[in-house]
Amino acid sequence: MKGVYALYPDGASAQRAVDNLRREGVTDSEITVISSAPMEDFEFSHIGGKNRLWYVASLGGAIGLILSTSLVVFMERDWAVNTGGMPIVAWWPNLIVMFEMTMLGGIFATVGTLIATSGLLRRRPPFYDPAVSDGMIMVGVEAPSAQAATAAERALPISPEITLKTI
Amino acid sequence: MRATENTMAADLLHPLLNTSWRFYALVIAFGSVVASGLAAVSFQAYYGIGVWGIHNPIYWGFGITNFIFWIGISHAGTLISAILRLVDAQWRRPVTRCAEVITAFALMIGAMFPIIHLGRPWLFFWLVPYPTERLIWPNFRSPLVWDFFAISTYLTGSLLFLSLPMIPDFALVRDKTTGLRSKVYGLLALGWRGTTSQWHRLETAMQIMAVAIIPVAVSVHTIVSFDLSMAPTPGWHSTIFAPYFVAGAIFSGIAGLILAMAFLRKFLHLEKYLHPIHFENLGKLLLTMSLLWGYFVFSERLVVWYGNDAAEMPVFWATQRGLYAPLFWTMVTCNFVFPVIVLSIKKTRTILGCALASCTVVLGMWLERFLIVVPPLSRKYLPYTYSSYWPTPVEFTILAASGAAMVLLYTLFSKFVPIIAIWEMKAGEHPSPELEPVAQQERRLGETHA
Repeated sequence: MKGVYALYPDGASAQRAVDNLRREGVTDSEITVISSAPMEDFEFSHIGGKNRLWYVASLGGAIGLILSTSLVVFMERDWAVNTGGMPIVAWWPNLIVMFEMTMLGGIFATVGTLIATSGLLRRRPPFYDPAVSDGMIMVGVEAPSAQAATAAERALPISPEITLKTI
Repeated sequence: MRATENTMAADLLHPLLNTSWRFYALVIAFGSVVASGLAAVSFQAYYGIGVWGIHNPIYWGFGITNFIFWIGISHAGTLISAILRLVDAQWRRPVTRCAEVITAFALMIGAMFPIIHLGRPWLFFWLVPYPTERLIWPNFRSPLVWDFFAISTYLTGSLLFLSLPMIPDFALVRDKTTGLRSKVYGLLALGWRGTTSQWHRLETAMQIMAVAIIPVAVSVHTIVSFDLSMAPTPGWHSTIFAPYFVAGAIFSGIAGLILAMAFLRKFLHLEKYLHPIHFENLGKLLLTMSLLWGYFVFSERLVVWYGNDAAEMPVFWATQRGLYAPLFWTMVTCNFVFPVIVLSIKKTRTILGCALASCTVVLGMWLERFLIVVPPLSRKYLPYTYSSYWPTPVEFTILAASGAAMVLLYTLFSKFVPIIAIWEMKAGEHPSPELEPVAQQERRLGETHA
């Protein structure tokens, strides 16, 4: 079984399902909530909220700065051109190139990390229901253990209209 | 809620799934103008830069004017979108993608002009620092090399800033369509599902990109101003040029954004999403920038006139009451007199009023770029070098083609990508402001998330 889940029409009922799963002993790292838009008004939206993108972006910026500084200093020394009496390694104009490359490093690091850590570009078990695009909220447990699957079967049907689905 | 969400998705996906005759008419009309521009560029590349009206000492004409103008227009999008995103202005939601697209295309168009202007455009890669058999490197003290780095960074950042929030919308189109279309959008969606961790990472990434892109945007037009102000040419060598250029760029960018939104609202029937209040807010911003532009022009002119420098005054008088005076006063009317009058009065600050003011600002800002580039070169120091510049039909054709290219690219983009970010609209979903009392509208369309 790739997963067990149910679809909910609104954030409040999805929140109840998540709370039920927790009461049944399912941990946050096992719970998957999928929606067609961020649902910041609900507590369940904070599941998986921690990330280190800011640190990675800063590191990318630092790498961009170091590489660009090395680039301009190496090239200016390699072919020394005296321009208007300026020093061979002219820091004021170099700052422009260094600044741009710092920002570019930060941007590339951010996008790369986003793609790598968000599960994009990966062939994963398709634990997904296209009804999400119609505004439904999918709550379930992906690749559950036998214990988690039983817990989900008990916790997810919060009302008679909610049907349990498996993939 | 689901009904509203589905209506929203249906409305915003309608242009993707249905093609009217107007789309083909626009593509053929503007595509023809673009084709004529490409022919003009090919003609110029074959016969040389002499087919333009530039000559000694006026080596920069329409080409550089267009470059500065389009880079300025590009400041509408990503910069405004990034600022609104950082301050979490709720009214930004239908506006951001319309704006970001302008940046991407305006930068592409603008960046072409220095390459065309090289005369031998196929050698543009000499700007790139790579090891060659010539054993030389780019001169990092040249503003042209700064342009290369700044524009490349801004274009890359803007394209990524535009592309990332499109991924959830591609996933929506993947789920709502079938066949080949579903497969293509499925590839573009990169396997997006919409888990809570994906949303968190996407929003954090957008915040980081916004923080990075704002100083880059400011740096780009600062560096474009350095192309001129680093030279000891009368009329260019001024410390006010960098902020003057940045303010002018944001000014023309907002005007471009208002025009694009009015165009989209009319042709894609987005009245439910692009409300009068969006135009009013942007109109107020345009008014502020118009006043700021007037302040910069006054400061720059007053200092030159008061200094009475022998080299500066011929340039000054050429624009005030000489050959270029009609263009100068038209520019002042277009950029200051007309927009300030129209946008100051609440009754005229309508969608039509904002669009008309934006039209004049776009025209006025192009004239401003021309007046910055050409008169200083035509009155440079020694009177025996004084000259005048008349553009040729080749230059007019390329100018027209650049405008047509913008409309064409925008039209094609809005045909294949939802021009309003559907997931962002869902995230900030609230009733139509037209259905609410004014007091409540102001509260809701301010900074609060109801």
